[in-house]
Amino acid sequence: MIAISWVLKGLQTGIKTTFYPRRDELASGVSPGLPGGKKEGGDEALPLISCCPTQALRQVGPQILVDYRRCIHCFRCVRGVQDALGWNSGYEWAAYLNKNDGTPPKLEKVFGRSLHILFVDGGACGACISELEQLNKPFYNIHRLGFFVTPTPRKADILLIAGPVTDHMRLSIQKAFDGMPTPKRVLAVGTCALSGGIFGPSFASEGGVQKLIPVDVGVPGCPPPPLAIIHGLLVAVSRKSPAFLISSRSVDGRKNS
Amino acid sequence: MKRLLDGTVKLENLPEEIAGRWPDHTRAYHDAQNRLCLMECEASVLTEVCSYLFFKQGFSFASLVVEEEHAEFSLRYIFYSEEGQVHILHRIPKMEATVPSISHLVHAADWHEREAEDLFGLIFEGHPRLGDFVLHEEWPEGVNPMRVDFDPSKPYVHREVNPYWRPMRIVQAPGAFMMPIGPIYSDFAESAHFLLETVGEDVIRTIPRFFYKYRGVEKIAEGQRVGEVLLLAERFSGISAFAHSLAFCQAVEEISKVEVPTRAKALRIFFAELERLRHHVSSIAGICGSTSLAVATSQASILEEELLRLCCAVTGHRYLFGLNTPGGVTMDFSNEALQNLADTVQGLLEKLEDLKQMLRFSSSFLDRLEEVGVVSPESAAAYGLVGPIARASGINRDLRRLLPYSGYEKVEFIIPWEQEGDGYARLRVLFSEAEQSANIIRQVASSLPSGQTTSPPFEVTPGAALGWVEAPKGATFHWVRTGEDGRVVRYRITPPSFTNWHGFHLAAENFAFQDFPIIMATFGLSNAESDR
Repeated sequence: MIAISWVLKGLQTGIKTTFYPRRDELASGVSPGLPGGKKEGGDEALPLISCCPTQALRQVGPQILVDYRRCIHCFRCVRGVQDALGWNSGYEWAAYLNKNDGTPPKLEKVFGRSLHILFVDGGACGACISELEQLNKPFYNIHRLGFFVTPTPRKADILLIAGPVTDHMRLSIQKAFDGMPTPKRVLAVGTCALSGGIFGPSFASEGGVQKLIPVDVGVPGCPPPPLAIIHGLLVAVSRKSPAFLISSRSVDGRKNS
Repeated sequence: MKRLLDGTVKLENLPEEIAGRWPDHTRAYHDAQNRLCLMECEASVLTEVCSYLFFKQGFSFASLVVEEEHAEFSLRYIFYSEEGQVHILHRIPKMEATVPSISHLVHAADWHEREAEDLFGLIFEGHPRLGDFVLHEEWPEGVNPMRVDFDPSKPYVHREVNPYWRPMRIVQAPGAFMMPIGPIYSDFAESAHFLLETVGEDVIRTIPRFFYKYRGVEKIAEGQRVGEVLLLAERFSGISAFAHSLAFCQAVEEISKVEVPTRAKALRIFFAELERLRHHVSSIAGICGSTSLAVATSQASILEEELLRLCCAVTGHRYLFGLNTPGGVTMDFSNEALQNLADTVQGLLEKLEDLKQMLRFSSSFLDRLEEVGVVSPESAAAYGLVGPIARASGINRDLRRLLPYSGYEKVEFIIPWEQEGDGYARLRVLFSEAEQSANIIRQVASSLPSGQTTSPPFEVTPGAALGWVEAPKGATFHWVRTGEDGRVVRYRITPPSFTNWHGFHLAAENFAFQDFPIIMATFGLSNAESDR
């Protein structure tokens, strides 16, 4: 009897899944947003730049630029300061990273609807992992996009790493990467995986995945919301166009959200 | 060993009692204002005094804080109970670096001693198993990263390890084998390693190996300003960020004697409970997922994501980052917005109640939880377990009630607890605590005091203090010492996951392999929180 009531319960709940990437997700609270750059800097901007604990803000010419690889959503450049930085909502943040081994950063379209993901935790704080878990849950459900999670490197096409890459996980990550068949790509999820965030580099962590293995796509955010991670996966298989990791381009008029 | 609690004395009488029992070896003071008894203790009686507090006076072991001062190490053993706190101070010259182990009697101190051995190079005499705990085998002997003279800025050169090394097998029987799990396993699992020894179906021994995620948070914090260490406190365990940042802020406020405005205190309770609710719903989803009950997992997951979105819509961040600050909270909210939020939370609670009722009658689900992963009340007390896990094993202790902070003494709530200590008891505690949290949220939202949300800006004075919070996973203690220029000199976090992983093997042993993921889920612990 109870088995039937579970089925009914499921049907009653209806479909909760987002329509992204077919349509933008407009619900509130799906993303913490990122600071936007500012056109006029000047001397009065210096206190604003120095309030950033991870040196994500830089002044170049008249502009204040935000390096999204370093931003940890501490909100110190918007709360409690005069002349606060603008704030971009949105979640399409993933971008290609520079690497020197000659392979293109994205996988071919043939992977577009059948991509196997191996996740390795390189010392993530739990928030990135929690957001990744949402991917398999009703609101985001990446199965509908042809993305599958696998626990073994042998089946994986894409290696997804969160965390600053702790010293004790170096060997495991290297082995997982070496154990994957080519063509393979690496996706770094979260600020820690891109720059070490507040943890690295130090005696206990590398300060980013790129210090260990070549990274193709980076998703900034602390943590990146599930939709940003989905954007990263779509970028990795050429189904979406990438964003930029520095805020400058968005100021030039290119859509960044 | 059973605890006999007939001769308990009041905290104010404790110094006298101790002095009577161990004259000449101890000195004790009572600080009535902070409900604290501070005691200095010599090595010869350290073990006796600690076990007296633990077994005869009913104190729980909270933490061991090691600090390196000029020519000596100071060890601070922290105990707590309904009466208050007891800090036992023991100093040893740096050259000696040898302390009697207390963990053969007070077993809760076991992992604390192993950690101090690795990170400070202290030898705990009588401890049966030291070494290869925080620092894995590639670290050379004699390198102790928490020592003052260790340079944390660059990677340490490792030694070669023997690739043919295999762990020692303890179970010797026909057909016995060892099954390694991790550090990379399962879908979105955290990095941790378990060696399961077995002779077939049943797991005979569980040997966990952690600290794959050791980021050296406590070392990195040294020499940084309070504002920067706050980021570490908040982000070392993202899923309980608010609780840990609150514990750190409370320690800093205690050091600088800053009064937090009442509105800020109420807001802190509000968001701490919101975080607890979200955390518990997420744990419930994990337990349903581990038994492959798809619809229930989805139902709980929907509630979790709705709570995450609520948090983000109101505070700007899905995991409540950037909200706590020493002296208060960084944002103010309209009473109306918080009232609406509390109403929405009540709506979600009704859905959670529906789920609970349906789970109660799903026999296939209950079969996998009932009498599985049992932790007896005696072992839970001996291991000093905390949080929902301890409360499912008959230990009715909660810091919000024992040592109220941030105005919890004015809030009405009950502390749910169960006797059985199995997976189902832990699930029931999670459901009841989630309900209590939603009630606290409603209570706070309906009686929010007006006023400021932060104290006036203040200078951090030199000093040291303990901050404590009942985090979603259990009691957490943050010891903070600040120096002359407002920088942190020593920061020691005792997270609930560290305390509870210590007792995990109790639940996982003598159960079948297929129960292992379920026991893991009912414990619901975080390695990020434990490893730091």
